[in-house]
Amino acid sequence: MDSIKAKVIYINGPVVKAENAESFKMREMVQIGRKKLIGEIISIEKDIATIQVYEETSGLEWGEEVVSTDKPLCVKLGPGIIGNIFDGIERPLDRLYETGTAFIPEGIGLITIDKEKLWDVEITVKAGDMLLPGSTYATVKESSLIVHKLMVPPAIKGKAVFVEKSGKYNIEHTVVKLEGGNDVYELKLYQEWPIRDPRPVSRRKPIQTPLITGQRVIDTFFPLAKGGTAAIPGGFGTGKTITQHQLAKWSDADIIVYVGCGERGNEITEVLEDFPKLIDPRSGKSLMERTVLIANTSNMPVAAREASIYTGITIAEYYRDMGYNIAIMADSTSRWAEALREISGRLEEMPAEEGYPAYLPSRLAQFYERASDVETLSGENGSVTIIGAVSPAGGDFSEPVTQNTKRVVSSFLALDKSLAYARHYPAINWLNSYSGYIADLSDWYEENVAKDMLELRAKMLRILQEENKLMEIVKLVGEDILPDDQRLILEISRVIKIGYLQQNAYHKDDANVSPQKQYRMLSVINKLYERALDCIKNGVPISHVKKDDLFYKITTMKYNVPEDRLKLLDAMIEEIDEYYDSLKCKYGKGECKL
Amino acid sequence: MKIKYLKLDKIDGPLIMLSGVKHATYDEIVDIEVAGQKPKKGRVVQIDRDKVIIQVFESTTGISLTNSSVAFSGKPMQIPLSKDILGRVFNGIGEPIDGAGFYAENKYEIGGRPINPVGRKYPRNYIQTGISSIDGLTTLIRGQKLPIFSGDGLPHNQLAAQIVKQAKIAEADAGNSNTENFAIVFAAMGIKHDEAEYFKKQFELSGVSSRVVMYVNLADEPIVERITTPRCALTAAEYLAFEHDMHILVIMTNMTSYCEALREISSAREEVPSRKGYPGYLYSDLASLYERAGMIKNAKGSITQIPILTMPNDDIAHPVPDLTGFITEGQIILSRELFQKNINPPINILPSLSRLMKDGIGEGYTREDHPDVANQVFSAYSHVKDVRALAQVIGEDDISEIDRKYMEFGRQFEQKLLNQGFDTNRNIEQTLNLMWELLTVLPKEELNRLNPELIQKYYKG
Ligand SMILES: Nc1ncnc2c1ncn2[C@@H]1O[C@H](COP(=O)(O)OP(=O)(O)O)[C@@H](O)[C@H]1O
Ligand SMILES: [Mg+2]
Repeated sequence: MDSIKAKVIYINGPVVKAENAESFKMREMVQIGRKKLIGEIISIEKDIATIQVYEETSGLEWGEEVVSTDKPLCVKLGPGIIGNIFDGIERPLDRLYETGTAFIPEGIGLITIDKEKLWDVEITVKAGDMLLPGSTYATVKESSLIVHKLMVPPAIKGKAVFVEKSGKYNIEHTVVKLEGGNDVYELKLYQEWPIRDPRPVSRRKPIQTPLITGQRVIDTFFPLAKGGTAAIPGGFGTGKTITQHQLAKWSDADIIVYVGCGERGNEITEVLEDFPKLIDPRSGKSLMERTVLIANTSNMPVAAREASIYTGITIAEYYRDMGYNIAIMADSTSRWAEALREISGRLEEMPAEEGYPAYLPSRLAQFYERASDVETLSGENGSVTIIGAVSPAGGDFSEPVTQNTKRVVSSFLALDKSLAYARHYPAINWLNSYSGYIADLSDWYEENVAKDMLELRAKMLRILQEENKLMEIVKLVGEDILPDDQRLILEISRVIKIGYLQQNAYHKDDANVSPQKQYRMLSVINKLYERALDCIKNGVPISHVKKDDLFYKITTMKYNVPEDRLKLLDAMIEEIDEYYDSLKCKYGKGECKL
Repeated sequence: MKIKYLKLDKIDGPLIMLSGVKHATYDEIVDIEVAGQKPKKGRVVQIDRDKVIIQVFESTTGISLTNSSVAFSGKPMQIPLSKDILGRVFNGIGEPIDGAGFYAENKYEIGGRPINPVGRKYPRNYIQTGISSIDGLTTLIRGQKLPIFSGDGLPHNQLAAQIVKQAKIAEADAGNSNTENFAIVFAAMGIKHDEAEYFKKQFELSGVSSRVVMYVNLADEPIVERITTPRCALTAAEYLAFEHDMHILVIMTNMTSYCEALREISSAREEVPSRKGYPGYLYSDLASLYERAGMIKNAKGSITQIPILTMPNDDIAHPVPDLTGFITEGQIILSRELFQKNINPPINILPSLSRLMKDGIGEGYTREDHPDVANQVFSAYSHVKDVRALAQVIGEDDISEIDRKYMEFGRQFEQKLLNQGFDTNRNIEQTLNLMWELLTVLPKEELNRLNPELIQKYYKG
């Protein structure tokens, strides 16, 4: 034991300094004072270390001891993560709750995943096997959906010299011993990993598969990609959280890591109450069976907010390495950036834009760079998709966090205040949102949805863009003076906006829509447009072309066609044909059926 | 025996600095004696070895480097609480100011620990306020934090008083009368004397005075206490809600003054400012107040917060409303335009929002048509705004027939639904029926947010 201990000399909120600290390492985790608060070394100068503390420092004194843990801030990776909820440094919040209070005390120490719980462990190697980094030595059925593969940690390889029988063990039990070089490694049911280091992979692959979200405006117009990145910026009340929740519920990832970063407590509680009851449409199992929650709500310690994002992404990468597709949502990355700013301010660092530290852009880039579609060390395919909400101050996208995020993400789903005010949800603005993945995903859409899916998409976007131009005129002179083909653009845009882009997160048949249904709905609208346009070209006035109840029916088809009755959409196409055939006939232009 | 420190190094605004301190703990409360003045309190806000910075409650006026002594208590700030606080008035640091003393055995730290999201209960029961624009379109839920965004000179106080008077907050199904298990906690930060009097009077008129606890820091009182005022109030609210299972309505006004006090102190400490000079931690600080609303699993009570703030220059992008909106569960926005048109309460429904309403309305809560009819009214009224803009340009005579109907809808909506005045109390049935009545101004085909069955049942056009 060291006789000289580091001692606290300075306290200012989450920032603490200690002297006699020359033996500490950068980014090392330490325990501070009688309450054993957890902190991380963020700078060292001579014998003085600066520490960011992940708990309230209220009650801390000058002279209290700072103890080294001799390792960087790590998370424990093993069974017990899925279906669970953790704070920003992976402490299980449900276990804290079981201690008898609804409030979070400080000084709870370093608890993580459950050490006592016995898991059914299936050993998959035998003595004498040569194991490489990333190879699986055992499996555990972690939830009804997830088989947890226990993998040899990245830097380790060797020959199995001891192999436990399959059976029930807790995570501390050594199940395999490897001999490599002069070392013997004991493999338990978990490994540890420093949260700020990306986990290694065999190689990164190009983007080729969409992350299907069940949200029409996203899947059809601004798709996300497995292994890709997306940002959802928007002022308060524009729908960032609901969109993130929708993605967490309906996207076709194997595992969801949801990071509630500096946002509302009730939003986390809502997930905790709702997800166990919601059924994943693909597996038929409860959504909680594939979900991990990380929660640092806005009133929890700010330094742990900074860490929560890394804890989340490290967990995501770990499951990716087993060959799963993970989607991680961070709501909101702006709170993480503000946590950086707050700590930087207390360190009296030189601020760059709007008080944010100069390293904000590089930190953001490093984080989004951890999204990836990869071949894992053991040769499997896995991916991590990052979807970050951004909360620009005053809803103004020119602020530093939005701008620097925009530079590094490929899908940009811009939420719009005026759409939200009109209760057009999701309030994703179709004119200034974009997805950089259209070209990468075109093969997938052709093979899995329809040959002309992307063509239809482009056509509908053109109609919407045209409408936007026309509205400039309408605002000045009204709609009546436009020629009928242009008025049709306005009418069809209304159908697209209300009947297609708007999607009600709380409606049973509308909350989640398959790509097939999306395509067929789009086909109905296209049919309506083509047949109506044809009539107008043949001199039929718009007042007859726009048949109110037909337009009403198509605008509301989203509520009336469940996934298992898509045939109803074919019937609608027939109805459109019938109506316009007879209309044309009336005007003496087309063939008349009896 | 407590050590007393007799010499200060520096006095700067609300802060004093002293050195040679052996055992200060971060965030603890100190007692300061000043020759010829009544004792003051302060709080440790920074420790640098033996040098300590203390933020002084009340004010530093009259303190010199040598005329005072400082004693450290070793504890963070606490206030005494018992059920006897009901009907009483305290200052911003929890001392009674209504002429009587106050003693309670148990003391509570005012900082408030964060509620574990696992320990929360998601709020789902709506509160009928009797105000149509709120009940129908931005429904208040028990346990919600729903602020009023107002402007100087707008009637936010009347609106708050109307809510206090009309709201059915208590548990109707508990069988007990409506007054047994509810109370109001009122936190006044930097408001004027007559505003505070207005509220006192309104509480009397509503017959709830004996169920109100007030923590008051008026405009001319020390700004450091403005920081502790809402914390004392919320600690009292938590005590009543979670130890006595009461339903608490917390009114906090004015949050803008609170934030300005925070800015003033931050600037005295020479901290790096972010937007408009407010400290970078304004968001976290506001969250530490607003997030104390809600319900927890082990208690039957609830804390519903109605913070009131005035938007400087009516600017919703100003940091105070902006950061508030990012934390609270919606906002009720007052409009100067409606107020000038004499429409009261002048609630601008389009930017207003109740985030919790979706889970507390509809079948089993209010009425099955509520979500859709609200949605339809929002969408129709937002179209009214476009039509009005057009009519301004080309004249009302030249707009299309359907747009003329929207104009009419807009007029009726503002006159019949919004303009109910501060004394009318409507139940939820009346409000919903009124919404349908307004929609009959529009033809059926325009009602694409409503499903045909609902139209059949309620549309009488
Ligand atoms: N897809 C949607 N369907 C229905 N309502 C929505 C949808 N998106 C947002 N909303 C409404 O908007 C409100 C605010 O959305 P939220 O996601 O909480 O905003 P933000 O996180 O951007 O502040 C929600 O409470 C809900 O009423
Ligand atoms: Mg949100």
